[in-house]
Amino acid sequence: MSSKNIETDASLDYQVPLIRGNPTFASITESVSKVTEAKTTKEWFVLFGFFSSLTMIMIGSIGYLIWEGTGIWGLNNPVGWGWAIVNFVFWVGIGHAGTLISAVLFLFHQKWRTSINRFAEAMTIFAVICALVFPGIHVGRIWAVYYFFPIPNQMDMWPNFRSPLLWDFFAVGTYFTVSFMFWYTGLIPDLATLRDRATNKIRKLILGVAALGWRGGNKQWKHYELAYLLLAGLSTPLVLSVHSVVSTDFATSVIPGWHTTIFPPYFVAGAIFSGFAMVMTLAIIARKIYNLEHIITITHLENMNKVILLTGMMVGYSYSMEFFIAWYSGNPYESFAFVNRAFGQYAWAYWIMVSCNVIVPQIFWFRKLRRSIPVMFVASIFVNIGMWFERFVIIVTTLAKDFLPSAWDYFSPTIWDVSLMIGVFGLFFTLFLLFIKHLPMVAMAELKGVLPQADPHFGHDGHEGESK
Amino acid sequence: MMDNKNVLAVLAEFKTPADLIHAAEKVNKEGYKKYDCHSPFPIHGMDDAMGEKRSPLGYMVGIVAFLSAAGMWFFQYWTSAVDYPLVLSGKPLFSYQAFGVAAWAIMVLSSAATALIGMLVLNGLPRFHHPLFYSDNFTKKVNDDGFFVSIEAHDPKFNPDETKSFLESIGGTNVELVVPDDEG
Repeated sequence: MSSKNIETDASLDYQVPLIRGNPTFASITESVSKVTEAKTTKEWFVLFGFFSSLTMIMIGSIGYLIWEGTGIWGLNNPVGWGWAIVNFVFWVGIGHAGTLISAVLFLFHQKWRTSINRFAEAMTIFAVICALVFPGIHVGRIWAVYYFFPIPNQMDMWPNFRSPLLWDFFAVGTYFTVSFMFWYTGLIPDLATLRDRATNKIRKLILGVAALGWRGGNKQWKHYELAYLLLAGLSTPLVLSVHSVVSTDFATSVIPGWHTTIFPPYFVAGAIFSGFAMVMTLAIIARKIYNLEHIITITHLENMNKVILLTGMMVGYSYSMEFFIAWYSGNPYESFAFVNRAFGQYAWAYWIMVSCNVIVPQIFWFRKLRRSIPVMFVASIFVNIGMWFERFVIIVTTLAKDFLPSAWDYFSPTIWDVSLMIGVFGLFFTLFLLFIKHLPMVAMAELKGVLPQADPHFGHDGHEGESK
Repeated sequence: MMDNKNVLAVLAEFKTPADLIHAAEKVNKEGYKKYDCHSPFPIHGMDDAMGEKRSPLGYMVGIVAFLSAAGMWFFQYWTSAVDYPLVLSGKPLFSYQAFGVAAWAIMVLSSAATALIGMLVLNGLPRFHHPLFYSDNFTKKVNDDGFFVSIEAHDPKFNPDETKSFLESIGGTNVELVVPDDEG
């Protein structure tokens, strides 16, 4: 159980402490809370200034879009879905890793998740906010988006519940709301910790209201723990269902290249893959800046790399299976769609996708590379890029050459496509910076609960408190 | 100490989760009802030690889940097949398979809302005032690394002096009578 042992033991057996340096309950409170209490650093302001400027670009781009219409994008006749949908699917996918970490790993009693779950859940929420920007604006007539909601309107019409686009609205809307409620539930005890430590009046007031008067009594924990378990149980199927529903936007159409049954599992694997890469990118930066290396340890990162390797191969399998089925179906349109993806006008995008998503993660077969911070940082960036291109390949190459050669065209983005994409990245990082500055980025109460000394049997052998 | 009439609760601190569980067993055995054990994280085995029943939240969520899924299914049937029937892409008016997605989404949404709101209601939260917040030792430690037993003055067995000496006898430290601050 020495710290050397922890360095080398990746098995994450229950006996191995998950956190290094033998922390006490108080030292966890201290190292996590002080991030939110310390004076804001100059670096934070510089980053915040940069990313909020990008957010302004997003707002400007949306403003111009509403004024002028979707014609400002590079859309053309066969390619009616462009970067807006690419970005939407990309961001929804990113969110899935957060839910997997917070809900699925919770149900499977993977205690290592406690160091990264708050962080990953925040990422989920911000990613889904970024995703939701797009369906809101790509409809063109933004003033009519309330048609999505099943509310009585002046035309006496109801939404078409048989349409996958409406399923998508319900699935993603639910996903955001449920993720937010789950996140907030987890935050309540930690907000109470911050409240009790607050020294100035405004902090006391805001945190006091946000913590809802939590006092940590077991009569509260009893309901709280069950609520948390239920929320985890409800979020778990969302990991599978949300991106499956997103994939039906494509799979229920008759376009060759989209109309396949592999889409739901393929999208889910890709979502978890890209999400873990994004958690990795963010966690590496945050643990370094805020000295949380003893809480988010190299073992946590290694575990995430294993998930990246696994899901990367699932994605690679899907790519090859799509080709096999296209050939095996004997359908010339289907076969053409895939040959066109790999060797047609967008071959460059296809091979960027394959290199980033299938080849790069293979380095994680090697333990040394799995535990090397620079290697995993670069690899996570590659995966993020690759997964963006995956959506681009699926959406744009498929539409650009559909059934009729006379309708074929080439999609090129305009400056507004680019500005909107960059702007939404700005929004994501702006929200993330606000989060790490103002909220506890590690779930303190949960982390304390997995320390060895939190076990009532710790140092008290023979006690039967839990034996019933 | 102050006049005993103002006492709202008695509070005792314990060192470790194990000590708190032992204390909870003893307080429960002594016959106190309006007491609670406070800790910065949930402690396994505490419900048994305190003789607490299982939370009814699961049943609440289960009922809401069933009703909301059925309700949303019916709502989609009513809007698509009754109130404004419209044939779209040749699909049946009552496409129950297609209605599964939104029914599922609404089920998850309302169940999650029930879990969160139900938890708050059962816990009596939000509540921004509580006698225990008068204790500086309590607010300083309870969400950090302190383990406390509190016995409230509502308890029929409560008697400031006896309860205090009882908590001291079972190993509680920093035992204090919680009284309102002067500032109110």
